[in-house]
Amino acid sequence: MAQDDNGGIELAETSSTALEEHGLGDGRIGDPGTAVVLDDAPVNPGFPEHRLRITDRDPKHNRRAERTVYTLFYLSIAGSVWAIAAYLAFPIESGKISDLRLSTMLIGLGMVLALLGIGIGAIHWSKQIMADKEGIDIRHPVRGTDDTRERSIEIFEQANEESGFGRRTLIRNSLIGALVAFPLPAVVLFRGLAPQNEDPVKDLKHTMWKAGMRLTKDPTGLPIKASDVTLGSVFHVIPEGLDDTDDVLDEKAKAAVLLMRLKPEDLHVSKGRENWNYDGIVAYSKICTHVGCPVALYEQQTHHLLCPCHQSQFDITHEARVIFGPASRPLPQLPITVDDEGYLVARSDFHEPVGPSFWERNS
Amino acid sequence: MAKLNQPKAASERSSRKRGRRHPFATFALIAIGLGLTGGVYAAATAVPAAASAETTASSQADVDAGQKLFQANCATCHGLSAEGTDSAPSLIGVGAAAVDFQVGTGRMPMAMDGPQAQEKTPQFTDKETKQLAAYVASLAPGPSIPASEYTDGKGDAAEGAELFRINCAMCHNVAGAGGALTEGKYAPALKGVTGTHIYEAMVTGPQNMPVFNDQNITPQQKADIITYLDYIQKNPSPGGFALGDLGPVAEGLFLWIFGLGSIVALAVWITAKAN
Repeated sequence: MAQDDNGGIELAETSSTALEEHGLGDGRIGDPGTAVVLDDAPVNPGFPEHRLRITDRDPKHNRRAERTVYTLFYLSIAGSVWAIAAYLAFPIESGKISDLRLSTMLIGLGMVLALLGIGIGAIHWSKQIMADKEGIDIRHPVRGTDDTRERSIEIFEQANEESGFGRRTLIRNSLIGALVAFPLPAVVLFRGLAPQNEDPVKDLKHTMWKAGMRLTKDPTGLPIKASDVTLGSVFHVIPEGLDDTDDVLDEKAKAAVLLMRLKPEDLHVSKGRENWNYDGIVAYSKICTHVGCPVALYEQQTHHLLCPCHQSQFDITHEARVIFGPASRPLPQLPITVDDEGYLVARSDFHEPVGPSFWERNS
Repeated sequence: MAKLNQPKAASERSSRKRGRRHPFATFALIAIGLGLTGGVYAAATAVPAAASAETTASSQADVDAGQKLFQANCATCHGLSAEGTDSAPSLIGVGAAAVDFQVGTGRMPMAMDGPQAQEKTPQFTDKETKQLAAYVASLAPGPSIPASEYTDGKGDAAEGAELFRINCAMCHNVAGAGGALTEGKYAPALKGVTGTHIYEAMVTGPQNMPVFNDQNITPQQKADIITYLDYIQKNPSPGGFALGDLGPVAEGLFLWIFGLGSIVALAVWITAKAN
């Protein structure tokens, strides 16, 4: 247990005997009882020849190293003082960003000097001036002695006997039950983070769009006339009245729409969606079906819509089908038409949930 | 140094030879060459800056001159009367703004076929560009070159910043540093682009950029956006070194190389044996 109780001092001298005591120097590998005795076992090469440092050989260098180390420590003190002085001398109360920048930069410089001074000085000290000797510390054996092991088992058995943990099963089982039940409230309380008194699945499946709701410009909220949307245009759209809702960001995160006008003959409209566009004006959810990034990089000649997060590409001429990237579903289309005054309105909500998948999506 | 290249009239052939072989002769030649190229380049690049000053006031003479220029330089692809061909779109109704943008930034005439026309030194002078624009504008009504009140950066930078983030930043980067699109196309950086050209690009939607007409973004809002872009160029990042404003990728790479690099260097120094 006490092979290293020598303070590491005289090991350099006694290292060869220490190695032999541990069976490493006699040309045999493993236990004395091993079946195969190697005669070409690796020979312990011992230490490389001790090389004196320049600070060991030349007192002038030694003194210089000493000077460097204490200069670094003094520099560290100066850095600390500097940081305090900078904090006092460069106040940030003006609120100007340039003052804040100057203050943090000068304080930071002082602190860097303080920390690096200590660190570099300490390393330099240990490398250049502290005693430089090779030595070996033999490891503890990991296994305890047989006595220790027997005693441990005895202690366990005694504790079991005295506490009655193994005997009084009712107490033991009720304790296990209590420990299992203890974290349950935390799990149940998580439910409180979800919307109250409403079905979260329903929340995910519907947005605030409804029939007759006008499409308005982000961020002004002004309605859009169909005639305003010229060929090649793209409008970033929010629903009318978004700013009056209780949770603007939640609603916007679901209802954001991109409005584009293509030539009607370029659109490949599938059955059942014939009246979802208005004279080549189409509206698609801006929320990527992959992980919900805003998809808004529209190329007006190729009619490709690119998601900047993971490079999913959607082809607007083919109802936003995925032509590249990790998205697995087309962007949901918002059916639109115009009202009596010529403003674009939604025909209904999206016909499928927007954004990425969730368990109850069922598609 | 110029003297070395101008031997006296009376000097002999041998002395001229010596002049040519003088060790400074090479430097003098390179200096003159560089000066000339630089001068020509400066003169050429100064053209678009000057173009932003005034709006269109074209005469019939401009239109006629523009038509000649068009037929000589553009008709191969765009057709003799700008009706378009298989290789290039019709220019009827694109307006003077489109011509001023495409020709004024050197995108047209295209040097070669590619994913998109690239900005280069303009091939025409300011006057020629205006004549071409006048000709194309005379074919059919279209967006004209904007008045300077909307392009001189005197709008509301904060309004412009919000509009830029909503309408432009997804492609052009929130600081206008540009970004990649699909299949080799890209949204160019907006730094150093004149207000007039930015305005014209919004109105006309060059190449794959969508159109932002005056109903979508009003002229005043366009002026705000130009003001914002002007503002971020004139006010350097308060956080210091912006690394090209490219965002987390550039910043992460910088930290990986220089942050981790210095940690590795320190670890090597700590474990190395002293001399």
